[in-house]
Amino acid sequence: MSLMVVHKLTQQFRRSVVLSSRGIMATLTQRVIALRSWLGGLSVLLFLATWHLATRYGGLPAFILPSPAAVGQRFLRAVMEGLLIEHTLITLLEVMVGLVTGASLATLIGYGVAKSRLLENLLAPYLVASQAIPMVAVAPLLIIWFGPGLFSKFLICALIVFFPVLINTVVGVRAVPKVYYELMRSLRATRRQTLLKLEVPAAMPILLGGLRIGATLSVIGAVVGELVGSDRGLGYLIYVGRSQYDTALVFVAVFTLIAMALGLYGLVTLLEKTLLAWQEQPRL
Amino acid sequence: MTSPTTPILTVHNLSAVFPDNNGGLQALDRVSFQVYPREFLAVLGPSGSGKSTLLRIIAGLLQPTEGKVSFGDHRQPRIGMVFQQATLMPWRTVIQNIMLPLELDGTDPQQARARARELIDLVGLQSFENHWPRELSGGMAQRVAIARALIHDPDLLLLDEPFASLDALTRERMWAELLRIWQARQKTVIMVTHSISEALFLADRVIVFSARPGRVKLDLNVDLPRPRTDEMRYTAHFGRLARRLKDTIE
Ligand SMILES: Nc1ncnc2c1ncn2[C@@H]1O[C@H](COP(=O)(O)OP(=O)(O)OP(=O)(O)O)[C@@H](O)[C@H]1O
Ligand SMILES: [Mg+2]
Repeated sequence: MSLMVVHKLTQQFRRSVVLSSRGIMATLTQRVIALRSWLGGLSVLLFLATWHLATRYGGLPAFILPSPAAVGQRFLRAVMEGLLIEHTLITLLEVMVGLVTGASLATLIGYGVAKSRLLENLLAPYLVASQAIPMVAVAPLLIIWFGPGLFSKFLICALIVFFPVLINTVVGVRAVPKVYYELMRSLRATRRQTLLKLEVPAAMPILLGGLRIGATLSVIGAVVGELVGSDRGLGYLIYVGRSQYDTALVFVAVFTLIAMALGLYGLVTLLEKTLLAWQEQPRL
Repeated sequence: MTSPTTPILTVHNLSAVFPDNNGGLQALDRVSFQVYPREFLAVLGPSGSGKSTLLRIIAGLLQPTEGKVSFGDHRQPRIGMVFQQATLMPWRTVIQNIMLPLELDGTDPQQARARARELIDLVGLQSFENHWPRELSGGMAQRVAIARALIHDPDLLLLDEPFASLDALTRERMWAELLRIWQARQKTVIMVTHSISEALFLADRVIVFSARPGRVKLDLNVDLPRPRTDEMRYTAHFGRLARRLKDTIE
């Protein structure tokens, strides 16, 4: 009887400790995040100021280093003309289609490779080669074969995304501890249940890591493809800006690409936050 | 139908050899015993004597090198297993972990949740049902694993040192609960333990393994009356049984 009372009391105590320590953690974390973004903003401002001073007193011609203000103006003009949005959407389309197809195929094949020695041995030479070949070198070939249209860009993006996602899938699936498989078997789980309730969630952190790398690579793939041969997209805009000594336009395109890559990165991070809530450690 | 005198489980001449670089590592050597319905069997033995291997073979997770395991009604019973290592899925909350066996069974989620709540009460984790495993202590995680092993009402419970990381108070509370469940639900239990007093307090029979390769060194009937009480642990007879087990192990 008295044991139960002690037990209840301990639990209440525990609960209150957990709750209050969580509260303290939360405010601390919030403050740290606020401080971080404040510092981040400060360093961007410093960067812009240095840039401005360099163009003002550095004596560099505008076609080598345009001032931040000139780039800003060029940005507004490009937006007004509809130029920027059109080309951004094209690049975004290439990046997304490439990323989604490349990552899906890589996940499927990666799962097969992780599960079957036969498939692994069959595919190993290609997998190693595909890692060794620099995409920049293959891009011209793909454009010769598939033309300067969107399709060749989809292909380049998908190929560049493929390998890191595949490797991460293999590693992720292989890293599932054996004892979980034993648990599933002792409960007579079906193949499908083991896939959905064990392998997918267990491999998810590493899988998303692959996707994060893939997202950034896909942007690179699209630009490389467009620079090599295309009449659309941000890579094309860079090409045009360069050939017309419109360096401000090159800057505009580069910054848009950075924003796009960061946006995708953020999207994957968001996905990680929601899917991997179980993993989140209280950060200081 | 099986009459109470036919064994629910027969382990016959079981040997297990793990391949290694010099001729294989023998974990079990011709182990034979029988388990009867509703029996509570404890397995004692030194570290490395093949106790976990035995449970894994009985659960069908591992093929024996020789010998066989057969069940009374010739089909694998429903098994609830508590593994020696923590096997909570870190991406599931406490209650989701406990519900896993019912989820795999296709039980209605509402019903599964209600049943899981009962078990959470049983193992004393009321305020932790929505916590992640990483937020639990070792003993709490083990209690979750015990709840998970019980939720689908298995016929055969295979417990691999289930109470090893519990404090003495919780452990004794869990003993009482395990005995209550075992008696109320008419389960058969095979429990590996390192604790002589735990084996004697809970089991009908204790099997003692020799050092590797594991052989049955002693098959001891625990003729203490039920229900078992705390006082029994201080009787001369309990002491004599404990002495016997201790002498056999050493
Ligand atoms: N999967 C495996 N591969 C190779 N050897 C193994 C494997 N599993 C167990 N063994 C070996 O078999 C022997 C028995 O192991 P087991 O885990 O059954 O012992 P145990 O009696 O449960 O020990 P403990 O009390 O320490 O848990 C050990 O020597 C171990 O190294
Ligand atoms: Mg063991």
